[in-house]
Amino acid sequence: MVHAEGVRKHFGRLQVLKGIDLTVERGQVCCLLGPSGSGKSTFLRCVNHLERADGGRLRVDGEPVGYREQGSRLHELREREVAARRRDIGMVFQRFNLFPHLTALENVMEAPVKVTGTARTEARDDALRLLRQVGLADRAGHYPAQLSGGQQQRVAIARALAMKPKLMLFDEPTSALDPELVGDVLDVMRGLAEDGMTMVVVTHEIGFAREVADLAVFMDEGVVVESGDPRRVLVEPEQERTRAFLSKVL
Amino acid sequence: MSVTSTATGTPRHSDGPAPDTPHIVPVRHWGRAVAAVAAVAALAGLIGSLARNGNLHWDVIGHYLFAGLVFDGLATTLWLTAAAMTLGLVLGTLVAVLRLSEDPVLYGLSSLFVWVFRGTPLLVQIIFWGYAGALYKHVMIGIPFTGVTFFQADTNSLLTPSVAALLALGLNEAAYASEIVRAGIQSVDVGQTEAAHSLGMRPALTMRRIVLPQAMRVIIPPLGNETINMLKMTALVSVIAAHDLMSNIQDVYGQNYQVIPMLVVASLWYLALVSLLSLPQTWLERRYGRGTARGAAASPLRRLCGGLLTGTRTRTRKDPAR
Ligand SMILES: Nc1ncnc2c1ncn2[C@@H]1O[C@H](COP(=O)(O)OP(=O)(O)OP(=O)(O)O)[C@@H](O)[C@H]1O
Ligand SMILES: [Mg+2]
Repeated sequence: MVHAEGVRKHFGRLQVLKGIDLTVERGQVCCLLGPSGSGKSTFLRCVNHLERADGGRLRVDGEPVGYREQGSRLHELREREVAARRRDIGMVFQRFNLFPHLTALENVMEAPVKVTGTARTEARDDALRLLRQVGLADRAGHYPAQLSGGQQQRVAIARALAMKPKLMLFDEPTSALDPELVGDVLDVMRGLAEDGMTMVVVTHEIGFAREVADLAVFMDEGVVVESGDPRRVLVEPEQERTRAFLSKVL
Repeated sequence: MSVTSTATGTPRHSDGPAPDTPHIVPVRHWGRAVAAVAAVAALAGLIGSLARNGNLHWDVIGHYLFAGLVFDGLATTLWLTAAAMTLGLVLGTLVAVLRLSEDPVLYGLSSLFVWVFRGTPLLVQIIFWGYAGALYKHVMIGIPFTGVTFFQADTNSLLTPSVAALLALGLNEAAYASEIVRAGIQSVDVGQTEAAHSLGMRPALTMRRIVLPQAMRVIIPPLGNETINMLKMTALVSVIAAHDLMSNIQDVYGQNYQVIPMLVVASLWYLALVSLLSLPQTWLERRYGRGTARGAAASPLRRLCGGLLTGTRTRTRKDPAR
């Protein structure tokens, strides 16, 4: 589903990604770990083209990100085509980014109605079902400011799921939450993984990664240091850098 | 002062004393009450002296306050205000979006627009549009340097005083409104745009559905100001005889020389209209304040009376039900 080969990205003179190789198959859950500033968010944002990679190859579902392939040439996509590609990729942010002027229900309905053109009644039923799935059926009419952080994040997950994505990206979804609220969000994500959703998750929740992930990737300073079975990478890593990081996080 | 700490914890404020809470006496602001009485007395004196002043010609004021000519002018002033604000807002929003665009040509053109229309006096712009016929006798639309024309008309028949007034006020307003809208757009967190984009919303849809509604909260108060300003600035178009309230008032005192009474008539009407304009602003602020913890403020009258003696000025707060 996600194929990265030597993906590079720089901001000004700062080389943030120095050639990332990564493959996530359909139905797999990949957890990205690494110290702050190692480029995890940047890589995730490249996958749905919020950030443009400057080098290497990056494909999602067989298509090059940001381009249309014709023979051996890549044609840069127009605004409309970029937006169309993003429909298939859901993203959940560290700071939720719910739309504050819309209720939980309206947040979830917005994209299906305005982007896909789904009928309101149908979108409403779908949205209510998704809110039930994340355990918030009784909060449909609340504005984000009236919800706790954990509830907001679960609405954000429902909002991303409303577009029926093939791939879900999570950027530290529980880092802004109080410890007792983390569990609810992780439960929802675990449920998604069990339903076979392909997921790339940036997280510091080692327990979650060990239990749910099919693939653990440890990044540092813009390169993948170590990757593979989480029970190996996160329990008895081969690389010294991974070991040092894990001893600090655990 | 009563002691406010109780055995049960935090004291309540005037919600009616709970059985175990002692009665609480709020701070009394005697100075505020005295000042209020003094101010009312002074105002009453001023009004009384104005009422008895023969030079004000209250009979003239009374005669013209509801005259047909004044009503005609009022109608013109009102539609001119509404039309110029609409033009200004629509064009201003467009200019604001263009100024934030990455396209250097669009950015340059929109910046040039703001520079010109904000950088020259409104009075000059009004006179310019009013006398544009002297600059170009005909307007035509065609392909430059080829002699091909699709449309041609006499400037003076096209740019009537009303149209000239509308163009001058609307374009000038657009320059100012664009800056207000731009500040509003920039006040919205970029995370909102990213979230919308990640859902597959295109930039234009994101702007319309996500960013602008949130920007409104920042945009409306200064825009209310702009509308009030516009209402009064329409008086300037009297220089090109656009038959607004001020033009008609000037026509009258040009003939009967009752300058001060006629200006009082005009002022009373402007004051009345401005007061009316504050109502929709309050309503709009409430509408676009949805979803924010702090709700709309209490009505001005309640604030005026509520806080006279007891310290806190009354404020309603929408308490988020958890
Ligand atoms: N838009 C930007 N402009 C300039 N530098 C940036 C930008 N975004 C990220 N960076 C830099 O790129 C580096 C990697 O950032 P990134 O957000 O990908 O790290 P991260 O691994 O997600 O870290 P964290 O765990 O703190 O979220 C950082 O040094 C950051 O300062
Ligand atoms: Mg990050």
